[in-house]
Amino acid sequence: MKVLVPVKRVVDFNVKVRIKSDASGVELSGLKMSMNPFDEIAVEEAIRLKEKGVATEVVVVSCGVAQCQETLRTALAMGADRAILVETDAELQPLAVAKLLQALVRKEEPRLVITGKQAIDDDANQTGQMLAALLGWPQAPFASSIELSGETARVVREVDVGLETIEVRLPAVVTCDLRLNEPRYATLPNIMKAKKKPLETVTPAALGVDPKPRLELLKVEEPRKRKAGVFVKDVRELVQKLRDEAKVI
Amino acid sequence: MSILVVAEHDGAKLSGATRCAVTAAAQIGSPIDVLVAGYAIDAIAAQAASIPGVVRVLKADAAHLAKPTSEALAALVLALADKRTHILFSNTAMGKGTAPRVAALLDVAQISEIASVIDQDTFVRPIYAGSVLATFRSRDAVKVITVRTTNFEAVAPEGGSATVESVAVPADPGVSKVVAQEASKSDRPELTAARIVISGGRGVASGENYQKLLAPLAAALNAALGASRAAVDAGYTPSDYQVGQTGKIVAPDLYIAIGISGAIQHLAGMKESKVIVAINKDPEAPIFQVADYGLVGDLFQLVPELTQQLVQQTS
Repeated sequence: MKVLVPVKRVVDFNVKVRIKSDASGVELSGLKMSMNPFDEIAVEEAIRLKEKGVATEVVVVSCGVAQCQETLRTALAMGADRAILVETDAELQPLAVAKLLQALVRKEEPRLVITGKQAIDDDANQTGQMLAALLGWPQAPFASSIELSGETARVVREVDVGLETIEVRLPAVVTCDLRLNEPRYATLPNIMKAKKKPLETVTPAALGVDPKPRLELLKVEEPRKRKAGVFVKDVRELVQKLRDEAKVI
Repeated sequence: MSILVVAEHDGAKLSGATRCAVTAAAQIGSPIDVLVAGYAIDAIAAQAASIPGVVRVLKADAAHLAKPTSEALAALVLALADKRTHILFSNTAMGKGTAPRVAALLDVAQISEIASVIDQDTFVRPIYAGSVLATFRSRDAVKVITVRTTNFEAVAPEGGSATVESVAVPADPGVSKVVAQEASKSDRPELTAARIVISGGRGVASGENYQKLLAPLAAALNAALGASRAAVDAGYTPSDYQVGQTGKIVAPDLYIAIGISGAIQHLAGMKESKVIVAINKDPEAPIFQVADYGLVGDLFQLVPELTQQLVQQTS
């Protein structure tokens, strides 16, 4: 079975972002970029499926600027077989990405699409679900474990009340939550091998998709800063302040 | 304008989150209809009809909606989407799973986790783990929205008199089914609705310690229990205790962070709390930058002391 793994290049999760002085957006120049952590988990899961003999080919895809190639090479170094870059400088929002992926799915015909549940930059948590809907496929978002068997996938999901197990018919879209697995580090030999693995570039136009964003960003701002707090010297003082000052107990 | 709020419930009671979503809807405009989907839900439909500001309750009652899938719910919402200008979901697992499906099928953008309403086209939402607030405008014919319910005060449960109408339910798409649900059993209030939250992090060091130290404190304050990602990853608590960028978003009157360092991803889930207390042995821990009251010391001594003083206070 072919597995398709969409991955996104995002600001590294350790980096604290700043907004531009004209408040028109977030200042991204010069920042360290990495694969979205949830997508790393998706790549890892796909590779494990290949190692178990369930997946025959793992294809990774990323949409965006030319530098997304670095992100794709990381996935190839982890063990993916082939990469596709949908290259565009346009601002991409989830609906457009879902349509680009839909066009690729029609071409590649994977039986499973697995991606992270949300990107840590826009925190949208939409693309996987949108792709599933456009394809008319079932979805299994927030997966913490996946079991494939022929026609179905049994997925345990992290939901509000705890865990929910669903069974979906393949082909399906799965989105990964934090505890699905711990991604491997690419070894140096594999990083070298990855340079020779195929990486194909296509454009949105070639896929028949207009990537124009629907939501217009008007401005960004920092959230209201909290008033500075105080250190209390002991439990007694804490209780007194919570009771008499903050009046919350 | 025509607003549809997709309600949630647990089979017996309409969720508090739904009443927060109605508040958001009211800030956008009117009229507001509420969709109640489920099985044998006359009582829940009646609860929805009592919410002030709601004009109609659309009751979708079908056996396959007893344990609804996002596919089934999306198909239902789509059947009711005609002429709607706004469709609102709560930011629950069900809402987050279903809203994007509905948006994609309507060929419109979906707006996730709105924290405030500027006008019927313009909304503010957090990005970059809540370190940035972004104001977006949508020109789509229908706005499909998930509401960050902790940012909207729940509308009163009584005072409304909406009409209740039964609606046809599309057949179950049959591609997905819920096989099992494992709810964490707890006597504690629900995490996203509680007035007080006691939260434990890696500093608590074990699941046994978590139960021994935090559970009595939560009981003394009638508080909900939460955890940082590190604590959940280490197995100290079930996953639904997780507070943070990709876990639950909470905004209680009082949040007590115990043994939690205060990574940005955790703050994203709790920094809107009215009062934040941090107990940590490291005075440099980032959590102290958001805490109103910080107590530096050994939590293994301080937490039992705190519990004891609170119990004494009430007795």
